[in-house]
Parts: sequence; C-alpha cells; structure tokens
Amino acid sequence: MSGTTADPRMAGTRTVPKKALRFSWSDPRFRAIFWQIVIVGIVALIVWYLIGNTNRNLAARHIATGFAFLGRVAGIPIGESLIAYNPAVDTFGRALVIGILNTLKVAVIGVVLATILGTLVGIGRLSSNWLLAKITAVYVETLRDIPLVLQLLFWYALLEALPAPRQALNIGNVIYLCNRGIRLPELIWESAHTWALLAFLAGVVGTFLWNRHARQRQEATGRRPAVWPVALLLLIALPLVVWGALGAPTEVEIPVLRGFNFQGGATISPEFFTLLTGLVLYTATYIAEIVRSGIQAVALGQWEAGGALGLSRGVVLRRVVLPQALRVIVPPMTSQYLNLAKNSSLAIYIGYQDVMSIANTTLNQTGQAIEGIAYIMAVYLTVSLSISLFMNWYNARIALVER
Amino acid sequence: MSQTTADALPDPRYAGARERPPTGTTGPWGWARANLFGSWWSTAVTLLLGYLILRFAVSFFLWAVINAVWTVPYSPQGVANTAVCQNAKGIGACWAVIADKYRLILLGRYPYAQQWRPALCVLLFIALYGVSAMRRFWRKELALIWLGTLVAVGVLMWGGVLGMPLVTEDQWGGLPITLILATLGLACAFPLSVLVALGRRSTNLPAVKMLCVLYVELVRGVPLVAVLFMANVMFPLFMPNGVNIDKLLRTQVAFILFTGAYLAEVVRGGLQALPKGQAEAADALGLSYWKKTGLIILPQALRLVIPPLVNTFIGSFKDTSLVLIIGLFDLLTMGTVALSDPPWQSFSTEVYLTLAVIYFVFCFAMSKYSRGLERELGRAHRR
Repeated sequence: MSGTTADPRMAGTRTVPKKALRFSWSDPRFRAIFWQIVIVGIVALIVWYLIGNTNRNLAARHIATGFAFLGRVAGIPIGESLIAYNPAVDTFGRALVIGILNTLKVAVIGVVLATILGTLVGIGRLSSNWLLAKITAVYVETLRDIPLVLQLLFWYALLEALPAPRQALNIGNVIYLCNRGIRLPELIWESAHTWALLAFLAGVVGTFLWNRHARQRQEATGRRPAVWPVALLLLIALPLVVWGALGAPTEVEIPVLRGFNFQGGATISPEFFTLLTGLVLYTATYIAEIVRSGIQAVALGQWEAGGALGLSRGVVLRRVVLPQALRVIVPPMTSQYLNLAKNSSLAIYIGYQDVMSIANTTLNQTGQAIEGIAYIMAVYLTVSLSISLFMNWYNARIALVER
Repeated sequence: MSQTTADALPDPRYAGARERPPTGTTGPWGWARANLFGSWWSTAVTLLLGYLILRFAVSFFLWAVINAVWTVPYSPQGVANTAVCQNAKGIGACWAVIADKYRLILLGRYPYAQQWRPALCVLLFIALYGVSAMRRFWRKELALIWLGTLVAVGVLMWGGVLGMPLVTEDQWGGLPITLILATLGLACAFPLSVLVALGRRSTNLPAVKMLCVLYVELVRGVPLVAVLFMANVMFPLFMPNGVNIDKLLRTQVAFILFTGAYLAEVVRGGLQALPKGQAEAADALGLSYWKKTGLIILPQALRLVIPPLVNTFIGSFKDTSLVLIIGLFDLLTMGTVALSDPPWQSFSTEVYLTLAVIYFVFCFAMSKYSRGLERELGRAHRR
C-alpha cells in the first residue's frame, strides 16, 4: 500500500499554484496571446485583402468559380492514356484523371527503376575494382550537378534526332527505334495469360505462407526447411503448367512498317521514355549516395562477427548488414522518392501529358485558374502524403526495437 | 669499436625484412593487379568497361574535336551559312553555334555596348560566393557584404546613374538572371526561414506554430513548377486592378517563398541539434527571448547548418532553370532562344552540352566545398 502514497520528495513539484492570467505586459502568457492575435490578425487581413481582390478580378473577367467546368467536353488532344479517351466527347474531368494516371505511371515505374539503378551504382562505388568505382563516381558527380530540365531537353533532342520510321534503327527485326518512339512486339493477351497471372499471384501467396511456416519450424525445432524449391515450384512451375494446360498461346504482334509509320505492337512514346530516363538517371545518383553511405555506416566488425558465427556471406548480408544499413537508408530514401514524384511535373517541358501539363491546358482553355491550381496542389499533396505515410510505416517496421 | 662494426653489419636474422617485396605486388603493375584484375570477375568488369570507355572516348573525341566545325562563313547580311555544319551533322560537332551565340546565351538581350555591366555582375556574384566560403568572413559583417554586393548588382543592371543608361528588366537575361534568382532567393529566404523555424519550434505560441507548419508543409508538398505557375497565373488575380507587377519580381517572390520552406527545415535541424543546456543556461542568466536567440542559439545553430545550406543553394541554383516554362530569360531559356534562330535550329546537342558545363562548374565547385566543410566540421565535432 505504501507504493500508492505520494513520494514526499516530489510533493513540491505538484503544487505549483496556477496563476490567473493578468492583463499586464509583464505576464508572459498575456504577451504570448497578444502576439499571436497580432500575427494571426495580420495574416488574416492579408488573406482577406487577396480574396477581395480575386473576387473583384474574377467578376471583372466574368469567370464563375466552381468545378462545373469538369462536366464540359474537353476537346484537348491527349497523346497517351491508360483509359479510353476521345477529345470530342469526353469531359475535362476525364482528362484530368488521365493526367493523374500518367503521373502515377511515370512516378511508380521511375521509383522502382531508380532504386534498382541507384543501389547497383552505390554498390559499384564501393567496388574493389578501380575502374568500376571511378566510372560510377563520375556518373554520380556529373549528373547530379546538372539541372534535370536541361537533362530532359538533352535526351529529348537526342531522341528527336533519331531517324524517321522508314529508316528506323532495327534491333533483331522486332524492336524499332525511331523519332516517333520505341516500337516493341506485343503479346496478344488471351485468357490463358490471365489464368497464368492468377496462378502466379496464388504462388506468391503460397510462397509467403510456406516461408512463414518455415520460420515457425525453425523457431520450434532449430531446423529450417528449404524455401527455394517450393518458391520455384509455386512461382514458376505452377503458372507455366496452367499456361501450358490452356494451350500455351504465344502469338505475338510484331510492329510492321506500313506507309510512313509502324502498325501493330506496343509503343513507348518519346516523351514518356525521355521523362522516365531523365528521372531515373537523375534520382539514381542521389539514391546511390544514400546506399553507399548506408553500407559504409555498418561497421566492418559486423561482417566479421557474422563470419565467425559460421554464417555464409549472403546470409550475413541479408540478416546482419542489410537490416542495419536499411535503418540509415530508408529516411533519406523517402525524400528522394518524394523528389522523384514532384520532379515528374517537369513532364510539361517535353510535352508528356501529366497532371501539370493537362491542368495547364485546362486552365488556359477555361480560365479556371484557382480550380486548376487547387487540383494540382491536391494531387501532389496527396501523392507526397501517401509516399510519406508508406515510408514511415516501413521505417517503423525496420526500426531498431529497443527494450 | 666492435659494437659499431656489429651494428653496421646486417643482422642475418633480419636479412629477409630488408629485401624487396615479391615482384608484382608494388609499382603500377602490382597496383593494377590489386585494383583491376583482382579476380576473374574483376578482370571481366575491367575489360568490358575499358572497351566501352575507350570506344566512347574515341568517338566523342572525334565528334567534339577532330571532326568539329569551329567557324562558319557569314553572308553580307550577317546570316550564318551553316551548310558545313549540316554536312558534318552526326560526324562532328558544330561549335560555331557557340561562337556565334555565346554572348546572347550568357548575357541575354542586354544592349550590346553595355554588356560589360552584366558581365561585371557575374564576377561580383562569383566573388561574393568566394568571400562567403572563407571561414574568416563568417561573422555579422558578412550580411553587410551581401547587402552591398546586391545593391551594386542592382545599380549595375538597372543603371540610370553614374552615366550608365537605364536598362529595364525585360532586357536582362542569361547567367545574371540565373545568379540573381538564386542569390537573391537565398538572401531573402534566409531571414524568413530563421523566423519560420523559430516559430515552428515555439512552445507557447501554438497559433504561430500552426501557421509555420502549414506554410512549410504546403510548399514542400508541391513541385516548384506548380509554385511558378501560381506566381504567373494566380498572382495577377490577387492584385488590385491596375497593379501590374513585373514577371521577374513575381518569379523572385515565388523563389523566395519556395526556398524559404526548404531552408526553414534546414535551420530547424540546426536548432534541434543544439544541446538543450544552451537555452536553459541563457534562461538562467535571465536573458530575454530575442537576446537568448540572437546571442546564444542562432550563432551556434547556424554554424551547424552551413553544409546543408550550401546544398539547398545548389538545389535552388539548378531549380532556376525551371523558369523556362514561364518565359523568363535565364541561362537555359537563352539557350533555347539561341536555338530558335533558323540556321542553328538543329544544333541543340552542342548548346545543351555547353549549358551543362556551365551549370556543372558552379554546382560541382559548391558541392565539393560543402562536402569538405562537412568533413571539417564533423571532425571538430567528434573531438
């Protein structure tokens, strides 16, 4: 019972008398409230003044605020889109959605590729091979010190200088490079492919479950059942069997030159290709530095200690070094992903139609400047916030758990 | 005597230690064996990379130097005849475009006879960076040096006094615009960012703190292109009827607000890194908030943030190139203007490479400096 009584030594700290707010300059709380009212008041006055001006200007220009324009027919030609779009009948709302999809397309692919390239280059800079270390260093130092817009313009000019479709650069008669983009053979999608894809997804789930079972067995018995044969079976053999059982369709559409352009096959537009290349090459330089410093932050003794325990080099890397390096790597990586997503707005300089570009066309055609800017801000803030939330969740997962 | 002779004679037990190391472990050959051909994997990488680099270097050298066209003939009307360049296209570079346009690219459409003024401004800016880089000048007087330089740049660019004819902003262009946007952006964003960082850290002003958080997070969440758009499209709407603010000034304000948000986070990092005892000691001495902040906290915190501050400056220097979209004539825009001249239209590679070299020289020098400083400060910190 003695535990519940208050410690007499602490008694003094609990009985600070709560002073009443005095309306006097010598009361710090009064001063704090006073200054807050003044500052917030000034900001509110400025905002009120600006809103007043805006309303007057809008009235003078006969622009009605509001999002009614989203339902109007857009009439903007859009080069590439993930969903069907016809400028003659579709609305501004649909055009703006296409913008979001195009931004997400380049940002998601860009993040994945930049991470892969950046990690490889970061490891390359630590290579014992002098030539490889120097080459990667030159790449990192050069590209990060040149503005991304300039790089994008440069790559775009190079792509535009490619020959016309008739003289397209030809790789094995199936891939063609020309100034209209890159033409690739396209698989004709059939239901067998869908089923194989579903089998693959089931395989992913199965592998995950088997991995969990293996870990439980290891914790219970000390012996770990092999995972890779099961993974191989579920991830590769199962989809192949499903695909084969349904007739193994392999029909591929190869681009063919007809007249002045190619017919058939899939196209990667020069704009998308330029933007993706530029973003990946630029962001990878930053990611490489992050990866390098992350690996260097792990003491050499960790490798040696792992080796002394009889673990193989791969296991030491996966189970000892990487978990520690990731703790250093993930927080700055988050801001690089955010930068890549925001830098994808540079699409407008080379004519790839992303959020920024379509919003710009829309507000030029409708005069709805405020709505356009609100849309841009909403999209980018949502994307930024989503990346931050995801990376914070991931960071919390890999963070050091202390007692 | 026998002692010395014994010393002079080589001890047979240590004879081996004085021998030369085994051949092949020292000298250039030993170095190559260790660093280029350490294992079969390393050897393969060396051979492949060496082949690719050699091929690239040779073809680049052929393109950029051997087969390059340095000058072209001009017609009596002063129009360049680029037939030689067109013929060499794909084989050799056409540096004649740079020879023809370098003043336009670097200094813009500034009146030709007066172009020593923007050129002098560029030198002033470089001198300013040099002075700021020296630790001897890291004191309060540095602010005066910055103020003096910026005023001098303003006088030189505008003119209208001291016998220099007036040149309005719409004739400015090229490197001075890039440097003005970046430098003035930093100079004005810095005090703003210190105030915002202090506001964000304040514990007894919740409303002010919220305003600061809102400003920083909103600006950092959107790309600079969007902020530039806002300055261009929304700003005229905000202004009362008849007030028309110059495009350069609007862009400059957008830059200051954008850089300010990023700098505020940098300064906040410095404030957080400072041990709490410093503020408590100042409180114990009975210093007021501003005395505590101005005399104790900021002088120490700002020293810590100089390397990330330089990095932010490099970022904003590179970001000035984004003003291409709103048609402000910075270095990159002048490059595209030069390329819009019909005879030179198809020589973008040469122009872009030249611009890249200019940006690279500035950014590389600054980042080299910032990394050296980081190492130096880090060493002082560890001790």
